[in-house]
Amino acid sequence: MSADQFLQYLISGLTMGSIYALVGLGFTIIYAVTRIINFAQGEFVMLGGMLSFTLAVSAGLPLAPAIILSVLIAAAIGAIMYLFAIRPARNASVVSLIIITIGVAIFIRGIAGELWGVDFVRPPYWAGSESIRFFGAYIHPQALWIIGTTLAVTVLLHLFLSYTMVGKALKACAINPRAAGLVGVNAKTMALIAFALAAAIGGIGGVVMAPLTLTSYNVGVMLGLKGFVAASIGGFKSPIAAVVGGITLGIIESLSVGLDWGPFTSAYKDVIALVVLLLILLLWSGRLTEEERAG
Amino acid sequence: MKKYLTWSVMLLMVVALVAVSANCSSTEEEVVTYKVGALFSTTGGASNLGVPEENTVKMVVDQINDAGGINGHPLEVIIYNDETNSEKCVTLATKLIEQDEVLAIIGPTTSGNSVAIIETITTAEIPLISCAANIGIIEPVGERYWIFKTPQTDKEAIGEIYAYLASINISDIAIISNTSGFGATGRAILLDDADDYGITVVDDQVFNEGDTSVQSQLTHIGGTDAEAVVCWDTDKGSAIVALDMQTLQMDIPLFCSHGIANQAFIDAAGATANGVIFPAGKLIIVDDIPASDPQKDVLTQYRDDYEVIYGNGTINTFGGHAWDALQMVVMALEDLDIEDPYESADSLADARAAIRDSIEQITGFVGISGIFDMSADNHLGMRAGSLAMIEIVDGKWTWHQ
Repeated sequence: MSADQFLQYLISGLTMGSIYALVGLGFTIIYAVTRIINFAQGEFVMLGGMLSFTLAVSAGLPLAPAIILSVLIAAAIGAIMYLFAIRPARNASVVSLIIITIGVAIFIRGIAGELWGVDFVRPPYWAGSESIRFFGAYIHPQALWIIGTTLAVTVLLHLFLSYTMVGKALKACAINPRAAGLVGVNAKTMALIAFALAAAIGGIGGVVMAPLTLTSYNVGVMLGLKGFVAASIGGFKSPIAAVVGGITLGIIESLSVGLDWGPFTSAYKDVIALVVLLLILLLWSGRLTEEERAG
Repeated sequence: MKKYLTWSVMLLMVVALVAVSANCSSTEEEVVTYKVGALFSTTGGASNLGVPEENTVKMVVDQINDAGGINGHPLEVIIYNDETNSEKCVTLATKLIEQDEVLAIIGPTTSGNSVAIIETITTAEIPLISCAANIGIIEPVGERYWIFKTPQTDKEAIGEIYAYLASINISDIAIISNTSGFGATGRAILLDDADDYGITVVDDQVFNEGDTSVQSQLTHIGGTDAEAVVCWDTDKGSAIVALDMQTLQMDIPLFCSHGIANQAFIDAAGATANGVIFPAGKLIIVDDIPASDPQKDVLTQYRDDYEVIYGNGTINTFGGHAWDALQMVVMALEDLDIEDPYESADSLADARAAIRDSIEQITGFVGISGIFDMSADNHLGMRAGSLAMIEIVDGKWTWHQ
């Protein structure tokens, strides 16, 4: 592996990792507030991308309004999902609620398949397609948008959670729902906000990545899985940890292709990622039981 | 007197009627209608393949009957819709064989359905010409005595790419393929057949269904001496490969599979689609191919006939597969010397066996998908050069070689 190649693996890994990070953020927010792992998270990413294509290409809207509208629609669908699928079953166990999210994912994917068909599409680039030379490596302008957007979303989310009333209430719910309730935080409203916020972030991921990665009605499955791994690496604890988890996963995947280490070729890219996930889940579950014992 | 007249008129009428009906039955005995079955997926997942196949068969049947039939025998093709469902397809195949007593069957549309009816066909001992791609439909040929097919397989497509690469003196290539069905089958053939053309595979990269980037794999290829990249996947994965090669500013040529012969690939890959070369049937670039090409006239005629009936721009490759299959059955029926195959169960079985033998001996048949030389060892028999190398230039398919 030459130095130029190494740099290229890092850049490609960082790009993919940023996408995983955005998906992982959504998982983390909903988990923190409701303890639900939302397996429909990948579908919001799909919705963002497909909607932006429909609005910008089929409906002919200018790019910026099309993007904003796509994210808003994704957020609205997240809120609707909470109101009509999760809230009515709020007294069920968390496992049941997680199964409901799988049902919602299949439902959204089915509708999308009917609506848009099985063909894949590419929404327009945000800033051209001429790749930029960065020392010995190349980066696509859209990849810069992806990395930049992830950075911006992470910073804004951190500011929102730390310095606004709603953000602090969300954080309080995450830390101790009962105590938050006692001081007047409405857990149901917070859950609604968490779902809408997570769907919006998923939608943002979808609109920014689709021009580079192409999109179709079924991209949510694989991206949801990768985002779940990212959130797991981050321990489902903090948004920053999810972002670090996503970028780590992207870089591990990318470097594992270049490693040429024994039998480990590109065929094992996802195997390596899943082994990382298994190791983390094993360690994490050990830590969880300790926490529960302490609590 | 009046009564006598009435009776005699009635008697005359009866005699006339008997005479007419006797006359009718005697013509039926003389010229039997040849019945052929067809199984197409005109609804369901493969309907965009099945519909042009059905359209083609209806058109060809009319053409043949208007021209006086096959040696004077009218042709009837009984077409059933399997709804892209393999269980339904098996039921309908049985119906064609036992109830409709057809002499041969063409179709099914999909590989899955074709494989599903192999046993029914083999047990019933009736010739089948499939319109589906998978090589497993006709191989191992020893177990596929009754089964033929007309569309090219990955092996023919890869052969065309390798022959072209050898002709432009490219010997070191990198391959990149999807780990799912289509890509994996292609990868195995790419690796197996490279030696035959003096080609060395210097890098063998894969990606998974649903992967959104192949930059890492391409970076790896960039570190080798590969002079060309051959990508084996359907349109989406191939488009990502084309886009990422552009991002990484790789300037070696990209060759793709026949799976990218659709507008979605060009739309998604945009400018990066330009320069991509792939093998495909000549139908989609019929106007570009030189007049010296032996298929030129057949292709032009088929395209023109089809578009007169079904509208401009409606022609597609899948209808061509059905055209080839039906024409081969018709050629076999022309050689049939059993006057009435429906006389008894034995004559029906003899006719089916005779048709099978004739199909196996077809050589030099100039069809839509290619030129066919059937033999006992090869139930596709597509001659090299049947596929064109097509290059995408300014977002359009153009004949490359």
